[in-house]
Amino acid sequence: MTTQTVRTPRRRRSATSQVQTRFAWLLLAPAILTVFGVVLYPLYRTVLVSLFDVRSAVDPAPAFVGVGNYVAMLTSASVWAALGRTLYFTVVSLLIEVTLGLGLALLLNAPMRFRWLFRTAIVIPWALPTIVNAAMWKGIYNAQYGALNALLTQLGVIHDYVPWLADPWRAMNLVIIADAWKTTPLVAFFLLAGLTSIPTELYEAAEVDGLGWWKRFYAITLPMLVPAISIVVVLRTVEAFKVFDIIYAMTRGGPANGTAVISYYTYQTAFSDQNFGIGSAMAMLIVLIIAILCMFYLRLIRKSEMSLL
Amino acid sequence: MNLSRRTVLLTGGALAAAAVAGCSVTGAPAPVASSPAASGGTLSGTVNILLMKQAGWTESDWAGVITNFTKTNPGITINPTFVAYEALHDKIVAAAAAGTFDIVLMDVIWPPEFAEKKMILDVTDRVPSNWKTDMLGGALQAAEYKGRFVGAPQVPSTKLFFYNKDLMSQAGVAEDSITSWDGVMAAAKAIKDKGLSKHPIAWSWAQAEAVICDFAQLLGAFGGTFTDDSGQLNFNNTAGQQTLQFMVDSLKSGITHPGSPTFLEDDVSKALQSGEVAFGLNWESTFRDLNDTKTSKVAGKMGVSATPTGSSGKRPGVNGAMAYAISSGSKNVDAAWKVIEYVTSREVQDPLAKSSMPNWTASFSDPAVVKINPEVFAACKVAYADSILRPQVVNYNKVSALLQVEIQNALLGNKSVKAALDDAVSQGNAALAG
Repeated sequence: MTTQTVRTPRRRRSATSQVQTRFAWLLLAPAILTVFGVVLYPLYRTVLVSLFDVRSAVDPAPAFVGVGNYVAMLTSASVWAALGRTLYFTVVSLLIEVTLGLGLALLLNAPMRFRWLFRTAIVIPWALPTIVNAAMWKGIYNAQYGALNALLTQLGVIHDYVPWLADPWRAMNLVIIADAWKTTPLVAFFLLAGLTSIPTELYEAAEVDGLGWWKRFYAITLPMLVPAISIVVVLRTVEAFKVFDIIYAMTRGGPANGTAVISYYTYQTAFSDQNFGIGSAMAMLIVLIIAILCMFYLRLIRKSEMSLL
Repeated sequence: MNLSRRTVLLTGGALAAAAVAGCSVTGAPAPVASSPAASGGTLSGTVNILLMKQAGWTESDWAGVITNFTKTNPGITINPTFVAYEALHDKIVAAAAAGTFDIVLMDVIWPPEFAEKKMILDVTDRVPSNWKTDMLGGALQAAEYKGRFVGAPQVPSTKLFFYNKDLMSQAGVAEDSITSWDGVMAAAKAIKDKGLSKHPIAWSWAQAEAVICDFAQLLGAFGGTFTDDSGQLNFNNTAGQQTLQFMVDSLKSGITHPGSPTFLEDDVSKALQSGEVAFGLNWESTFRDLNDTKTSKVAGKMGVSATPTGSSGKRPGVNGAMAYAISSGSKNVDAAWKVIEYVTSREVQDPLAKSSMPNWTASFSDPAVVKINPEVFAACKVAYADSILRPQVVNYNKVSALLQVEIQNALLGNKSVKAALDDAVSQGNAALAG
């Protein structure tokens, strides 16, 4: 009897716990299935294909080549050149977006009339689909009827229309500007959220101490924004490193491969050349690099959070 | 039931294994090599067809064709998908494993790739015997591979030369002086010198197949070919160098629009329509667009001819014919072939001669058809008589991509003409071997 009275509450607790666990898994099931379907399974297939010499989309029995595709990829000068361009795109994009985004966030955080209107208006570029943004900027840069040429000619800055996208280095930078125009508002909003969470008492105390705007910025704003900046840098690094659509729509990797970043080159290898084996190996390389970058940044974020405690 | 983490992982693994079981590495079923002859009987079902947007029949042309087809074939529904030419190849490849499309439109450069990779069906047994004798040779080339039919010719096509008669008249240039590229350059210089156009010629020299088509047309005019008798690339020879040097010189001199290295055919068409550019190479349907009063400032002012001659005295147009192919994954082959028979027939093709030239030799001597688009018929009659083929090789896209980059390297001054062509040939031959 005594034993029963002791065991009953445990069993009840155990039964309740099991029901809760089952319910939790039930709730998680759609997410698990989705992740499996759109992330894990495609990833598994990509790894699988990267180990075979797949030269046709309908080849049911390609030859197993092991790490052969990875060796071919790593010894290809074109792959390293594409990685170099991707690195340039990523670094310059980040510099522009974080600098401009911070400036915009500070502006939108300052007391002013119609602030709500400016905050709303700035979302528009980010809300545009990338393909629309790319088409718009391609039109702006067009050498025959582009708005940029018309504007600069009317201002007297240039006398002849310039083929903006006809030079590899210039084309890369102009694509970066087009990309930054779309993504800077996102960065600004993240940083604005960070700014609004900084206690106003800190600024009041600094004013009492006689600190000027720059000193308040360096001593309070910037350190308090580090977590938000870190998150933005992680997100944007990943996005910029796998940039594809804006390149596809604006330059298709040209001129003279000047904008052929690694994602575009991967696509070209897999679908245009029908070399799915090496294309998949390149896709895995992108995944690996992004994973390493994420781990590196997450460590940085943890460190910065620890230093703020 | 206690759903531990291990249980879930094991279940997930089992699901993955189940999903993989029965699938090949690519997820594709074993391909079918050829399509058996039609089984007869009433045909029904949906035929999904992948088509191109820019040139040839417009979407409204297709809407009319489909409506008429459905009247006589009520059991078959045609479901068209239109994509830009630049996306067409990759869309065919991406959809191949799933068998999304029953019919795909393929360029003349793709039959070796698609046939060797078993993405399309051999339809030789279905092809009527009169096609060989009654259709234009250039059109047939787009549907053949190794002596077999792997598709049905959609249209013959080449790039024609379009010129602004109004600008030429103002510059005092006669129409008969632009039958050679030397004459065109002299005419362009006269137009430029008179301040009528800053850059009188526009080309589609973007890093795309478009630049290869222009290069091919000029290569033919300078007496060159892409390959030697053994099939090895050899366009770095004298004719090839003359061709690329001609392109570089025209760009440097300002005769060619400086935006040309970023232009596709649509950009050239728009430049001509604006009236700011006097000359341009483009596909046949450009004449229709140039004379569209809604969009063109030069309607009624444009002339068209076969491509000018080069130093060789020849004027071959690049063969840009297209063909319909039946996907190896098609579930409705008989209905697909019924659609192909209909859209390749003279009855359907002749009335649409404003958008595309018909496949049929007889159409070119039928006054009722010729009067639909007389200027283009006259130009095409000359242009189709001689044509230059881009290399018919399995790895064509790879070879083309290499040449595109090297042509641009020369145009942008990154490499000398010789170095660019030597690099393109050596890399291209390596790609052919691989």
